[in-house]
Amino acid sequence: MTILMPALMAAMFILPAYFMSQDDTKERSIAVYDGSSILLGQLESTDYTKYKFIPKEEYDKIKDNIKATDYYALLVIQPNLLETNTVQLISMSSIPFDVKNLIQNKIRTVIEKEKMAEVIKQTAIPDLEARIKATKTSITVNTIKLGESGEAKKSSTEIGMILGYVFGFVIYMFILLYGQMVMQGVMEEKQSRIVEVIISSVKPFDLMMGKIVGIALVGLTQLAIWIILGIAIISGARGLMPGAQHAGATQNIMAQSQIAAQSATPAELDKMQEILSMMGTVNFPLIIGCFIFFFIGGYLLYSSMFAAVGSAVDATEDAQQFMMPIMMPIILAILVMMSAIKNPEGATAFWFSMIPFTSPVVMMARIPFGVPAWQLALSMLLLIATFVLMVWAAGKIYRTGILMYGKKTSWKELGKWLTYKS
Amino acid sequence: MDLFSAQEVSKSFSNFKALSEVSISVPEGTIFGLLGPNGAGKTTLIRIINQITAPDSGTIWFDGRKMKADDIYQIGYLPEERGLYKKMKVGEQALYLGMLKGLSRKDAMRELKIWFEKFEIITWWDKKVMELSKGMQQKVQFICTVLHRPRLMIFDEPFSGFDPINSEIVKQEILRMKKEGATIIFSTHNMESVEELCDHIALIDKSKKILDGPIMSIREKYKSNIFDVSYKGDFAKIEHEFGGKYSILSHDETGRTNSLKIQFLNGNSSGTLIKDLVEHVEIVSFNELIPSMNEVFIKVVKQNS
Repeated sequence: MTILMPALMAAMFILPAYFMSQDDTKERSIAVYDGSSILLGQLESTDYTKYKFIPKEEYDKIKDNIKATDYYALLVIQPNLLETNTVQLISMSSIPFDVKNLIQNKIRTVIEKEKMAEVIKQTAIPDLEARIKATKTSITVNTIKLGESGEAKKSSTEIGMILGYVFGFVIYMFILLYGQMVMQGVMEEKQSRIVEVIISSVKPFDLMMGKIVGIALVGLTQLAIWIILGIAIISGARGLMPGAQHAGATQNIMAQSQIAAQSATPAELDKMQEILSMMGTVNFPLIIGCFIFFFIGGYLLYSSMFAAVGSAVDATEDAQQFMMPIMMPIILAILVMMSAIKNPEGATAFWFSMIPFTSPVVMMARIPFGVPAWQLALSMLLLIATFVLMVWAAGKIYRTGILMYGKKTSWKELGKWLTYKS
Repeated sequence: MDLFSAQEVSKSFSNFKALSEVSISVPEGTIFGLLGPNGAGKTTLIRIINQITAPDSGTIWFDGRKMKADDIYQIGYLPEERGLYKKMKVGEQALYLGMLKGLSRKDAMRELKIWFEKFEIITWWDKKVMELSKGMQQKVQFICTVLHRPRLMIFDEPFSGFDPINSEIVKQEILRMKKEGATIIFSTHNMESVEELCDHIALIDKSKKILDGPIMSIREKYKSNIFDVSYKGDFAKIEHEFGGKYSILSHDETGRTNSLKIQFLNGNSSGTLIKDLVEHVEIVSFNELIPSMNEVFIKVVKQNS
């Protein structure tokens, strides 16, 4: 399963794309009756979609009986096209979105051009077309972050957002998936009644920590395999995906991007240079270091709670009442993280990056934007204190819980177990 | 010498007292029966011996000194609530459990081979535990308990789930290990097997030990001067004569010889009973009835309540 998972995930992305490129190979011929004569000759046939302009006589003949012809669809353009901005596409089958889109775009460009020509003719301003084109502007916002020493550094909000999002999300997913796996594992040992045999050889606390650490290692291994296989599959799939002869859209796009790359303007090269230099302003050692810290801290905190719950219940159904309070803060954390990415300095982001139950996820979203050292230190200290306390409490509950059968555990009961001596 | 002893051990959970000042001693090389009704505190005591829980007060002795943490490797424990990892293979799992008890992989492998061949289950090695029946799993669990040749073995209801044939095989193995010097604590509700196997017993009820000692002297202690007599003669004669001195519990005149159960009252002995009997009938056999452990158990626990 470990190995298959990334393959399945890759398949989920590749197959639809593959089928989509397959669909595109259907040959369609569309009859066009252009009453306005504006579009005559303007619709170019592509490999699979052929446009055939037909005269009025033919149009009259087939307009009520498309079924009897070989045409896939009939495109009707009324003489008053420039007023109505509307055309009709008549077909026996429903028109694919792509085809409709293509026709829409094509006609729009033609009409815009037509109208523009009209305006130019009327106003008689020389070079008007070129002048209007020149007003089209794309805006680049260069964000500058001042370093401690005052020198200006270009920083990138996008990169910060992406990094924060990815790291926060990885922590969230890991806690959710593998924390619950810890709970399942503890419950399995309790339900199969092997636990009493095991704890006659090892201490309950050691068994619990063994489970938590063991599953973390399983998770990391799985993650590593996914990343490696993911990279392999993506790079492999690029060569494999569009079947060679029905090149379709994908190859067109690739060809286009090749052309784009060849003809990259100096401005575009500058932009790439800029992104690279912005990457340089990101403090990777700090981010990676914090990621490792919050990853471990958050996982220990939550998985020890999951272990305690697993030990306290007899059956999965009973686990629900204890799961809620554990799941709530972590789901809250991912929600707050989304907003913290947009507003990393805000009060919400600040408080939730201090509270240990949400800080591992929320803080990760803030770090790429720069967090004052005291805040980071406080958040880390709180997290350490909380997980130490939680592991201790979980150990107590676990020790009593795993040997307790047949009783429905209440919160009060859990509290009582904390006071039991070993 | 005692391999294991507990001295005034107490343990409570919140306001529930599980054990109060229980002392037991288990002589080396014997089988010690730990008896008691459900919920008496046996499991708590067993868990204390296994260091799963620690006593609130009292001392645990092992091999003549206070018990240490690593004495656990000299103990083998088969709990009443037992199981194995369902999805793991039998051999792999037995190996793992053996190594948890301190065996090296090589030693564990060697011992396992011997046991699996002895129990004729070597073909199960690569089967998953969930493919085995309950009785088959019990066999594997038994092996895992004794694999590391512990000096002290604790069996809690070891025969439950076994058919009579496998029960006998396991019983013989327990006796063989006893002969080789192992000390065994045996907890069960089946008093017949207690009589058959145990040298000593302790009976715990409502968190207190209410009875202990060698099994024969306990049964001796609880005898109540009842004799089983077979005779040839007329029952009416005895009945007529024996009024104040003896009480006749039952009599049966349907067999080849007549028989009766008779109890003598204060101030009499078996000698006078025989003397009185021979005056009236011809005695064929004369046996004192020793109470079974089952009877002792019921009597003692009822008295305690």
